[in-house]
Amino acid sequence: MMRLELIKRPQRSMLFSALSPFIAFMLTIVAGAILFALLGVNPLKAFEIYFIEPVSQVWQLHELAIKAAPLILIGVGLSVCYRANIWNIGAEGQFILGGIVGSIIPVLFPQFEGPLVLPLMLLFGMVGGAAYAAIPALLKTRFNTNEILTSLMLVYVAQLFLDWLVRGPWRDPKGFNFPQTIQFNDSAILPELMPASGRANWGFVFALVAAVLVWILMSRMLKGFEVRVLGSSPRAGRFAGFGINRMVFFAFMLSGALAGLAGISEVSGAIGQLQPVISPGYGFTAIIVAFLGRLNPLGIVAAGLVLALTYLGGEAVQSALGISDKVARVFQGMLLFFVLGCDTLIHYRIRLIGFATPKLEAAPKLEEAR
Amino acid sequence: MSANQDGANLLEVRGLTKVFGTLTACDHIDLDVAKGEIHALLGENGAGKSTLVKMLFGTLEPNSGEILWNGQAVTITDPGFAKKLGIGMVFQHFSLFEALTAAENIALSLEDGSPISAIAAKARALSYSYGLPLDPQSLVGDLSVGERQRIEIIRCLLQTPQLIILDEPTSVLTPQEADKLFETLERLRSEGKSILYISHRLEEVKRICDRATVLRHGKVVGHCNPRAETAASLARMMVGNDVQAVVRAPAEGIETAQPLLEIRALSRKPATPFSIPLKNINLTVRAGEVIGIAGVAGNGQGEFFESVSGEVPQQDAASVRIRGKDAGGLGITGRRLMGAAFVPEERLGHGAAPRMKLSENLLLSRHATDGKVFVGAGGMVKSDAIYAASQRIIEAMDVRKSAPDPEAAALSGGNLQKFIVGRELDRRPDVMVVNQPTWGVDAGAAAHIRQTLIGLARSGSAVLVISQDLDELFEISDAIAVMHNGELSKPLPIAEATFEKIGLLMGGAEPGHAEHTLETA
Repeated sequence: MMRLELIKRPQRSMLFSALSPFIAFMLTIVAGAILFALLGVNPLKAFEIYFIEPVSQVWQLHELAIKAAPLILIGVGLSVCYRANIWNIGAEGQFILGGIVGSIIPVLFPQFEGPLVLPLMLLFGMVGGAAYAAIPALLKTRFNTNEILTSLMLVYVAQLFLDWLVRGPWRDPKGFNFPQTIQFNDSAILPELMPASGRANWGFVFALVAAVLVWILMSRMLKGFEVRVLGSSPRAGRFAGFGINRMVFFAFMLSGALAGLAGISEVSGAIGQLQPVISPGYGFTAIIVAFLGRLNPLGIVAAGLVLALTYLGGEAVQSALGISDKVARVFQGMLLFFVLGCDTLIHYRIRLIGFATPKLEAAPKLEEAR
Repeated sequence: MSANQDGANLLEVRGLTKVFGTLTACDHIDLDVAKGEIHALLGENGAGKSTLVKMLFGTLEPNSGEILWNGQAVTITDPGFAKKLGIGMVFQHFSLFEALTAAENIALSLEDGSPISAIAAKARALSYSYGLPLDPQSLVGDLSVGERQRIEIIRCLLQTPQLIILDEPTSVLTPQEADKLFETLERLRSEGKSILYISHRLEEVKRICDRATVLRHGKVVGHCNPRAETAASLARMMVGNDVQAVVRAPAEGIETAQPLLEIRALSRKPATPFSIPLKNINLTVRAGEVIGIAGVAGNGQGEFFESVSGEVPQQDAASVRIRGKDAGGLGITGRRLMGAAFVPEERLGHGAAPRMKLSENLLLSRHATDGKVFVGAGGMVKSDAIYAASQRIIEAMDVRKSAPDPEAAALSGGNLQKFIVGRELDRRPDVMVVNQPTWGVDAGAAAHIRQTLIGLARSGSAVLVISQDLDELFEISDAIAVMHNGELSKPLPIAEATFEKIGLLMGGAEPGHAEHTLETA
């Protein structure tokens, strides 16, 4: 009989810190192959349809960018929260509120046109997302509530609020009772980057700019230092004179603003109006993106593209093989599961122990127990 | 190698080696412990004492070498096996649950499943027979550190060990409590039990230990009879050369010097059920003097430090005054900007962020006071400037390290402490408040830190040192006050202070009622 033992490393392993996402990805592929085989599909064929075909043409790369943009924007904001040891699980709700608040101008004042409309919408979207994220921050700092629960519950509030808006006061009067707002006018639509080759819009540029700015914030600025200190050793942070309550608001509102920006970019770019559902779970998937990207904004860009592919692949296998596109959720879940699992290797190493170890063996052993 | 080769050795260690990466923490250690002796294990911090003891207690596996127990080779795989052999251990840092009673804590470590009431009765009987009275029904949270140590000792004795390992047992005791402990140890020796006594307090080793093994840099540098040695010769063996004595020129004209730190009627309610309320504390520290605050751990020193540093600001702005101005309403950054500097007790996680580089840890306490130097336009950190400044401090304080700019956690305790003290000294602060300046720091580094604190005071700053190490306070202070149960005594000028007077105050005696308390203690 063999058993596995986890042995703590004296210091974190740089090698596994870099390798862990790749090992996790490989394990996901293996588990995915088993999944496809059980569904009665040739795994190789399925992988080709899932991972390769969706990115084999230029217009498909545009679709990838459209899906990746919100994931990266939200993931980058969440990375600041998680580095500060603040657990914002409600980016989905902040995304929706960003979409709603950003749509105030085109829905309620459709006659207002011009170059000012779009910047104002984006600003409104960020303010909406930040304000919504400030609610769990306020509850946490005032009443010491658990931000994981409050931010998560506010997601459902936001979803139902959007649903009510598009079925009620904001419904398009000429829309044959469909639950949706009017189509935004042209000056409220986020322009496409290269209309000749595909649909990708400026949202992807926002995502890249946000990633670079947050990277500078976290690695080069005093504020980023404050985030890292308070997240890793709160007592040292207090000794430094950094306020934990201010940090809760900063992290929540920054990630809320980026989620809100993602929301209004999605509504004014990819959709062009408000509908009952404006997100296929970007706010939750972005949590995976943040961790797969090692909470590093530049890593998150890569991770965002990978997770965007799982969405496209899910749609592809649905149409080509008749498998439910829920398989995308399965892949995302497995990926997060394996990433968190593989992260154990950063701090621990695995030792195989045989059953029959001689009791009085004095052979050299290099491991450190405890 | 040892004087005792007649086969009566309870424990023999032969060539025990432990390697961590590139560091050989224990390098072919030989050690004999005879039956019925108190054997001292001496060495500076980082000499390998703790690693050796952990291997004996089964929490670390040796790379090579052997351990003989009653002449039989054994492989001690885990603490449970060590206990079965008859090895008991009292750790320096207690592992007790504060919300449970003494008896419940003891029951948790015994594996025989006997009822609590039986354990309590046994513990009570044992504690009285060894002169360590203990009420098994009392909550650990309500007990003093000395009483908590008794629980650990009783818990160890209940397992009827042959060998008891004590790790720095007196570091948390008043001199009077330590005397009690020594009586117990002598009693145990007379019953034929062996004791491995780890300490760096040479006087007590001379007093109670029969033999000593001295470690330096992971190697045994000698076995000796401590009674035949002087404290100076033992120190020389431990350190490898003579430790420079700290020089303290008498302070002059202090009475008329400007008060730089004033604490006026400072009170604080307990923040948690286990913290100590501060009661009406008054203290003045003037330019040029070092005031020491003695006291047994857990008598409000931590709460006092938080209040003075501004980590927890006060309602009454006048309760803490820095350089003649009210500072009570300010946070720690505001107080630093008024010229104060602080060094907390915990190095890792409080004074420094463990996973951050030294240069980043410099920024931790100085981002505001040296904002112009270290932080540029738009909040960008000037990494060249903090790196240069941290190298300057490393050089000035002789911080030994393995990489140019290592993580704080990679440094030994003493070297990190030198860096943390140096970080504040580098500012030339007018007021310096230090909690446990040399806790766990080796003798050479400790002398260096103490000398720099005296030097800072003599150059015109006010220095307040909170310490549990009385030797240290007598070495550096111009006056010593004692903190007991959240109250602070009047500072005793060093010329009038004696170990006994301070010790009695530490035990809670009112000055003037000393005789009475001595009898009941």
